Parts: sequence; structure tokens; C-alpha cells
Amino acid sequence: MNSTTFLYSLLSMGGIGLFFSILIAVANKKLHVEEDPKISLIAECLPGANCGSCGYAGCNNFAEALAGGKSQISNCPVCSPSAREEIARILGVSVEIGERQVAVVFCQGGDDVATKKAEYRGIKTCSAANLVSGGERACSYGCIGLGDCVTVCPFDAIHMDENNLPVVDRAKCTGCGNCVAACPRGVIELHPISHHVFVLCRNRDIGRIARTVCKRACTGCLLCEKAVNGQGFKVVDNLAVVDHDVYTKELVLPTEKCPTKAIVILGTKDEH
Amino acid sequence: MDLILIFISAAVINNYVLVSFLGICPFIGVSKKLGSAVSMGMATTFVMTITAAVTWLLNKYILVGLHLEFLQIVSFILVIASLVQLVEMFIKKVSRPLYDALGIFLPLITTNCAILGLALFLVMKQYNFVESIVFGFASGAGFTLALVIMAGIREELELADVPEPFKGAPITLIVAGCLALAFMGFSGLI
Repeated sequence: MNSTTFLYSLLSMGGIGLFFSILIAVANKKLHVEEDPKISLIAECLPGANCGSCGYAGCNNFAEALAGGKSQISNCPVCSPSAREEIARILGVSVEIGERQVAVVFCQGGDDVATKKAEYRGIKTCSAANLVSGGERACSYGCIGLGDCVTVCPFDAIHMDENNLPVVDRAKCTGCGNCVAACPRGVIELHPISHHVFVLCRNRDIGRIARTVCKRACTGCLLCEKAVNGQGFKVVDNLAVVDHDVYTKELVLPTEKCPTKAIVILGTKDEH
Repeated sequence: MDLILIFISAAVINNYVLVSFLGICPFIGVSKKLGSAVSMGMATTFVMTITAAVTWLLNKYILVGLHLEFLQIVSFILVIASLVQLVEMFIKKVSRPLYDALGIFLPLITTNCAILGLALFLVMKQYNFVESIVFGFASGAGFTLALVIMAGIREELELADVPEPFKGAPITLIVAGCLALAFMGFSGLI
């Protein structure tokens, strides 16, 4: 390559680039479309994560829908209360702030307590493992442990612990529900942050079988139900269920009674 | 007559998606619903036609004129990206409904390899200006055809009893393969 070619390529590429940049700059001014100024104001308040929980492709589309009155602020589960108030102010409407929702992982079957039924060497995602054989763990109700929920979390609020079990950071979780949709076992649920007592198991097999697949399984032994005289705890299909409306105060008793430690207190009362 | 041959050849026989396997990404991604497939096809046809005209001029008068043929890919990408940007602004100004209908697909076309493929094919085939434009339009029409056929089949597939492991992407790829086989049958047409 001689110096003229070099010079020509520089000039022509630079020229084309310059030509189009000027053209676009001019077009941007000339073809500027008057948009509702509310849209950009609202878009600034939105989290900008483009998580899609609102049902729109991204935060900008949601902002347009809000400005056009086609959607409501409450459809964005991620927005902080202050941002919601700000958007409500822009739109000139009042806002009712719903309780914050956080994701709860209904399984404690980490590698330390869950029985392994096989060695899985396939694609390392829960959805793939679920299709083939259900992954390594013997429990067919619980967490597969390959972290699809971690991958889809836009807020860095869910992590795998040393036993390959997802742990939700309740402070960071925004309740967008991406992990709920990603989990092929449906082990993750959204719960209001004021709920603290959970039976972290989904195994509906009878106690004897449940215990062989996981040391933390709820065996349906009824001890929790008896401890509170059926007020708040109920065993349905070999699985204890907490009634969050009834059960608010006496947190400790069934938690201590549970022989497999399947009942757990998550979070603190003043974290809201 | 030549123009008709170019049209049929580009749209059907050398169909970009099903024979040359270019632009597979939007072919799979935007073929879920018939409506959006048509929109995407129209947008692509539009951009392809303009791209054909502009890259022909660029190639003939700048690249070949200055013996800079090795800069084809870079300059074409530059031109396509800028064009799409301009077209988007223009449509937004002129026809808001069309802009809303095309939505996210218009900017996506920037990264569509079928467009770059078109620009490079044009150079290879050494068409004149009018032939280039017809070729660009025909390529877009072929792309739209493939997308619409695929979308139609996929809408039917939604209701079909597909075995569990084949649901979603796998059955789509199998259908795409069958379609490609069918299109190979056109190869003796001209």
C-alpha cells in the first residue's frame, strides 16, 4: 500500500463519516418531532432497567404509555416510592403506594442437604436440565441449582450461595418477577415484604419419601400446626402452609418446633 | 426482461433467508406474529431498496474511482447505519402511524446481515444502477415472503400438539429447515 492509497482511504472514509454526521445532525434539527415533554421527564424517573415487568418493551415505551394515559405507575413494580410520587406529580394524579414485593425462594435444598440422584453434565441452565432429567438433585419439586434466576435478575439481587442455592437480597430485590418466570420449577414466589415466616419447601410427597430426598424437606409432620392450634399453620398435601393474614406475631414457636428446619424467618420487621 | 429475471432470481431462487441463509436472526425473532412479520418485511424492503441505490453510487464513484475496493465492508456498514438513522427520523416526522407500526424493527435493521449481504452481492454481480435498485427491492420482497410464510406457519404451530422437547425454538428451526428445502426446489427455474 502506497501513501496515496493511505491518504485516499483516510479522506474518503472521513469524508463519508463527516457527510453523514452532518446530514444526521441537520436532519435531527429539521425533522425534530414535538413529543409530549412529559415523556422524557417520566422516562428520567423510571428505573431504566428495561426489565419488561410493566408489559412494555422498555422504560421509554412505558413512559409513553403513561403520558398517554394508557397505563398506570403501579404497573412498574420496580419504581422506588419517591420516583412514583415524582411521576404522579408530572402526570398530575395521586398515587397509592402498594406494599413492596420481594422474591422468596421456596427451597432450602442446597448441595449440603439435598440428595443427589445423578451427575448432570449438560448445558448449565435450569431450563435445560429440567427438560432432560430434572438436574442432579433427587427432589422433583425443589431448586435445580443452576442459577437461571441469577442470570435474569437485572438488579443483582439474587445470588447462588456456596451450596448452589439462590439467596435473595431483600434490600435490593424490586419484585420485578423475572426470576419467578425464569424458574422452571416455580420455586420462587413474590411476597409482600411484611411477610416473614415461610415454609421453604415445595415437596408434597409423604414425609418418608420427602426426607430421603432432602434433609430440609417439610414432611407434613403437623408439629407446626399443633404448636399454634391450627391458627396460621395448616398442613395441606403433606406440606405446611402459612396463613400470612392470621400468622403475624408468634413467629418463633413453629420455627423451633420444625424438626427439619423447613420453617424459616426471613428479614426483620423494620426492613420495609 | 432482464429486470424481471433479476427480480425472480433475487426474491425466490436466491431467497436471502431460505437459500443464502442471511438475516436468520429477524427471521426467527420477528416471525411469531403475522402482523409484525409484515411490518418488519416492509421496513427491510424499504431500507434494502435505498441501500442498493446508495451503495451502488458509493461503490462506483468513490471506492472504484479511488481504487479503494478493500474498504467496501467498512464504508457500507457506515452508510447503512446512517441511512437507517435518517430513514427513522424521516418516517417519524412524516408518518407517525407507520413509525409506531415499525417500532423497534427499524433500528434493528442496522445490524441485519441481509442488508450488508445485499450491498456486497451488488458489487459482485456488477449490476447497473436500475438493476441494482430492482435487485434491492426484490431482495426485500423475498425477505418479506420468507418472513410472512414463516409467521403463518408459526401461528398455526401455536395450536399444534408439539412434543414437549420440541416446543418453541426447536420446532421453529425444523420448520425453517423444511422451508429452506422447499425453496431449494426453485433453483432450476431460470
